[in-house]
Amino acid sequence: MALITEVAFHAHMRKRKIRGYVFYALCLTAVALGLVMLAALLYNVLSEGLSRLSWDFITNFPSRFPERAGIHAAILGSIYVVSIAGLVAFSLGVGAAIYLEEYAQKGTFASFIQLNIANLAGVPSIVYGILGLEIFVRIMELGKSVIAGGLTLALLVLPIVIIASQEAIRAVPPSLKEGGFALGATKWQVVRRLVLPYAFPGILTGAILAVSRAVGETAPLIVMGALTFVPFAPDGPMSRFTVLPIQIFNWVSRPQEGFHVAAAAGIIVLLVVLLTMNAFAVFLRHKFQKGTQW
Amino acid sequence: MVTTEKNLIIETKNVSVFYGDTPAVSGISLGIEREKITALIGPSGCGKTTLLRSFNRMNDLIPIARTSGEILFEGHNIYAENVDPTEIRYRIGMVFQRPNPFPKSIYDNIAFGPRINGFSGNMDELVEKSLIGAALWDEVKDRLRTSGLELSGGQQQRLCIARTLAVEPTVILMDEPCSALDPIATLAIEELMRDLSKQYSIVIVTHNMQQAARVSDYTAFITQDERRIGELVEYDDTRQIFTNPTDERTEAYITGRFG
Repeated sequence: MALITEVAFHAHMRKRKIRGYVFYALCLTAVALGLVMLAALLYNVLSEGLSRLSWDFITNFPSRFPERAGIHAAILGSIYVVSIAGLVAFSLGVGAAIYLEEYAQKGTFASFIQLNIANLAGVPSIVYGILGLEIFVRIMELGKSVIAGGLTLALLVLPIVIIASQEAIRAVPPSLKEGGFALGATKWQVVRRLVLPYAFPGILTGAILAVSRAVGETAPLIVMGALTFVPFAPDGPMSRFTVLPIQIFNWVSRPQEGFHVAAAAGIIVLLVVLLTMNAFAVFLRHKFQKGTQW
Repeated sequence: MVTTEKNLIIETKNVSVFYGDTPAVSGISLGIEREKITALIGPSGCGKTTLLRSFNRMNDLIPIARTSGEILFEGHNIYAENVDPTEIRYRIGMVFQRPNPFPKSIYDNIAFGPRINGFSGNMDELVEKSLIGAALWDEVKDRLRTSGLELSGGQQQRLCIARTLAVEPTVILMDEPCSALDPIATLAIEELMRDLSKQYSIVIVTHNMQQAARVSDYTAFITQDERRIGELVEYDDTRQIFTNPTDERTEAYITGRFG
């Protein structure tokens, strides 16, 4: 007597296969829904704003007249602020991740820090704005400047960089590190020559996420005192500034229809800046992977 | 027993290794002879790998591991206060159970050790010499710039041996170097070990008794006592161990009655 009768086996097999198809269909629906939303968003923005997009729009400063308003100051502001935020968050974040994964003694203190980093990643961004206003603008007297804005955003995205870098470092096979140690490598040499190169693509993925988040942030910069009407290009780290999302927000809240069109065009510019920055990071990652044959 | 009058490169005195409070091996005293192959055999989990890793202080990398007793390398205790484990690992190389080439080119795999230790001579020559030493040169000489990960398992293990040779250690520790390899690759590694023993002192952990019998000059049999702590049962010429063991546990093990 067989364990399962022939008939029962086939009946059960049919059920298993149906379940498989249902699950497949659900997954496909999830992907499709996401893509449809994205397409709708893009269509909405492009249909409204594409005609407004011109070289003048990129090079003009804001204006009282909707048809003359441009986004030059906001583009530069966004690039400056996000570059500072990215550089600071990357250096501090990767450093902290290396410390936590490779040097820190595992114990209650380490898990306490770990818990707090995870919590920080969930703190509303406006709280970071208040923190930035207090520390960078007032205590450090940096003013409502590009550098203060960049540092505020750096704090905001720091937990993302740390957590992503930790994941990447943790994924380095222990056998690889042992191989290095067995040849007489010091801790620093193992970290520098084996761990970091292996983890680098993962770290860069974290950096891409962080920069994408920073480009889109509005609230903390408004709180710390970024301007909404900037008729000049930021000329250094101490310059006052605005950024793309603030400029867009400002236009959307005006009554004139013309500004709404400008806002749609601004969103397109924001998307292009975002994609360009991400493409650059992806390019770096690819180049790095190739160059060292990892 | 191997006596101390012989030419010993490593000598352990009452060595115990603990994980936390639990000893994995306890009270091990044995001498490793210079330019010979010494095999550590014993059933799974008896602590032979743990003992091997205490010879170049690899256990230091495990936070909860602790070693007591003395291990003399060239007459000096490597667990003394002023000894840097990094230097010990430079002089006592290690080949692991699973081939673990770096995800770099074949060339850079070999050059890694010399570079980190400050070698400033002719790297091309050293790479060639190391690959020849590991009997891999003819197979890879035309593709030194391809990734070490593209080699077969047996080639990867010989690459790891070549990588170890490149820093010219005195002793090479091998932790079941053939357990992930097929019989042909295993044979190649065993032949290589015989060659290497002309210049290097080799300690190999294996649970393949035929391998121990084929390649080693001396064999130490380690097993767990009733408290599951590894202890040295018998240590002698390999021929003696396999033909005329004095301890009945050794005999039971080599005749396949347990383990």
